[in-house]
Amino acid sequence: MKTFPMGGVHPSENKLSSAKPIEVLPLPEVVNVPLAQHIGAPAVAKVAKGDKVLAGQLIAEAGSFMSANIHAPVSGTVTAVDLVPNGQGLRQMMITIKREGDEWAEGIDRSETLVRECTLSSQEIIARIKEAGIVGMGGATFPTHVKLSIPAGKKAECVIINGVECEPYLTSDHRMMLEHGEEIVVGVTILMKAVGVERAYIGIENNKPDAIAHLTQIAASYPGVEVVPLKVRYPQGGEKQLIAAVTGRQVPPPPALPIDVGAVVCNVSTTYAVYRAVQKRMPLVERVVTVTGKSLKEPRNLLTRMGTPVATLLEAAGGLPDAVCKVINGGPMMGRAMVDLASPVTKGCSGITVMTGRDAERRTASQCIKCAKCVAACPMGLEPYYLSKMTQKKRWDEVEASMITSCIECGCCQSTCPAYLPLLDWVRLGKQTVMGIIRSRAAAGAPKK
Amino acid sequence: MQVLLFTILTLCALGILSAVILYFVAQKFRVEEDPRIDEVEKMLPGANCGGCGFAGCRGMADALVKQDDISNLFCPVGGGDCMKAIASYLGKAAAEKQPEVATVRCGGTCEKRPRTNEYNGARSCAVAASLYVGETGCAYGCLGFGDCVAACTFDAIRMNPQTGLPEVDPDKCTACGACVKACPKKIIELRKKWPKNRAVYVSCVSKDKGAVVMKACKAGCIGCGKCVKVCSFGAIIVENNLAYIDPQKCKLCRKCVNECPTGAIRLVGMDPLPKEPKTPAAPKAAPAAEKSAAVKSAPVAAKAETVKAAAAAPATEKPAATQTPSKES
Repeated sequence: MKTFPMGGVHPSENKLSSAKPIEVLPLPEVVNVPLAQHIGAPAVAKVAKGDKVLAGQLIAEAGSFMSANIHAPVSGTVTAVDLVPNGQGLRQMMITIKREGDEWAEGIDRSETLVRECTLSSQEIIARIKEAGIVGMGGATFPTHVKLSIPAGKKAECVIINGVECEPYLTSDHRMMLEHGEEIVVGVTILMKAVGVERAYIGIENNKPDAIAHLTQIAASYPGVEVVPLKVRYPQGGEKQLIAAVTGRQVPPPPALPIDVGAVVCNVSTTYAVYRAVQKRMPLVERVVTVTGKSLKEPRNLLTRMGTPVATLLEAAGGLPDAVCKVINGGPMMGRAMVDLASPVTKGCSGITVMTGRDAERRTASQCIKCAKCVAACPMGLEPYYLSKMTQKKRWDEVEASMITSCIECGCCQSTCPAYLPLLDWVRLGKQTVMGIIRSRAAAGAPKK
Repeated sequence: MQVLLFTILTLCALGILSAVILYFVAQKFRVEEDPRIDEVEKMLPGANCGGCGFAGCRGMADALVKQDDISNLFCPVGGGDCMKAIASYLGKAAAEKQPEVATVRCGGTCEKRPRTNEYNGARSCAVAASLYVGETGCAYGCLGFGDCVAACTFDAIRMNPQTGLPEVDPDKCTACGACVKACPKKIIELRKKWPKNRAVYVSCVSKDKGAVVMKACKAGCIGCGKCVKVCSFGAIIVENNLAYIDPQKCKLCRKCVNECPTGAIRLVGMDPLPKEPKTPAAPKAAPAAEKSAAVKSAPVAAKAETVKAAAAAPATEKPAATQTPSKES
């Protein structure tokens, strides 16, 4: 069975909610919609305080090419466009909408009927995806229309659909594949048409045999679409790891992109959103969020409108436990701990994980014994112990030369460290700093030319 | 015996030969260097702190000797006297700079600014700041992991375990600026050093609106602007809900200190002004009473409403917020 060639770990899966069907969360009374729910420039608000909006209406327009539109997730009145703390407590521009009923904007088809035929051209498909504000829903939130606009001189050879869901605990993609398999496969054909390729692979880890069987059966009637079962290994859902696992090709270090090896990668939830955007004119205003944790009464998969407070989701899963706990936006490996539960669900939020007791704590760090377990675990072939040490010493030239920008922040190094060193904390800081140095160098170099 | 003698003689001969070769090589490849660089380096403090912008004192000495105009070079550790001595030695005009001292502009002690979560990542302000807001509700305040302490080569900053804030020893501080660079929240500022270490400064950098500040911290600047009105020298400006006292214009009159409703304006090395010397206005009895009365007074009535609302809010909202993040101590 296929997998990526180097590094990786296999944390305990804890897929508590994999048998729970997707349920619709009751509409929230108030939503906070951040203007920056994607990588790139924040969107520019098109509404002001007091405006009435309909669900699905454009409320913020993409700020540049590398940006995404944002639509109203509920109908109601805009009560503020202001700085509101996000999950990490940092102030972010958000549009606050007080819900009134559930009125939808015109032209959106909300029916469940399957529309297979797509007669649009590649440009039209990309335009519809851009209009709907679709971004990568696996967590990286890269605007999908940017990914599908193949740069001149490069050629896509295949579309790879990411149904790996290697992150422990999370099950939203798994449920999407089981419950919306047909739509996802139609979405795959749309993506193939958009980038002009004949082949598509859907990569699924073999801890989801039901999803593999279901999609293989559906894909049989769609030429060119193939389901690839993969050996369970984290971080297989990383774009570069998935390409390596499915095609055997290695994406060169940054600034190279997957398109340099002819691959376009999309998550299954994104593919479903693409299907809905292209065939039903449905903007990206809702997504499935897994609310999970060993201490929760009822882990669930909830279809949630964007901007819903995280506290509402936790309430729906039986409320927070009495014990002290850590609430993570995302899964335990790559998610970020939250300090504000009033903060909203965004386009990239695939799960809310609650950890208690020992799981929530980090052990006391001791000294590095140079065992090189982190080096063996790094799926990008980096030396995390060295990058962490050099970051602490502020040797930015050294960390840049050691390819710190290749780090995908998967956390394998930190989870495998026998000394419990906070390796990823430091490497992430080093990566941010080096990226800043590279950007300022580019900015200083540009005017000279 | 003979073997021993030959050995010693051979070694001596080799030694003398090497010395001769080395002498001629040293003459041949001698690097001509201005002897004044060594002299200047001796006059510099030798801390190699990097406060001047060079990697060490040698680099600074080199630049001082080689540059014609040294007005843009300044050693913050040696100060004006050291620069004057070097300038007179080199026969150039020295830069004049008034003495400065690092000032920590955050008053959010453990008691005034309650913790809402516990951080257990790498113990570094830079790392914590790259991840999230910090252990308290204030997005601007001190994170308390001591990056400034680690950056200080003069042992002039210490963390106070009682307050959780760093404290600068003005006698040891040389204003090299290492801590200013190390602080990811830009809290530390180099301010004019007054005689006897006196100072008046706004001990807060929060640009949040008053209500938000009050919710997170009881010692924050709410941007009410009362200090601006009372200042006779035009030294205070309020921008982005934050007051700033210009150290060049401030005359240490201390009027603003009594006026500040949250105590964000910090007074160091002096006694506060006696209570209201001029008109004996009724509500200005004791400092404590004055503060609470000041918030309710007319000019800031509109703001006071929001302030009160915010002050009431934490009581209901805190428990949820406290429980939420990370684990609690």
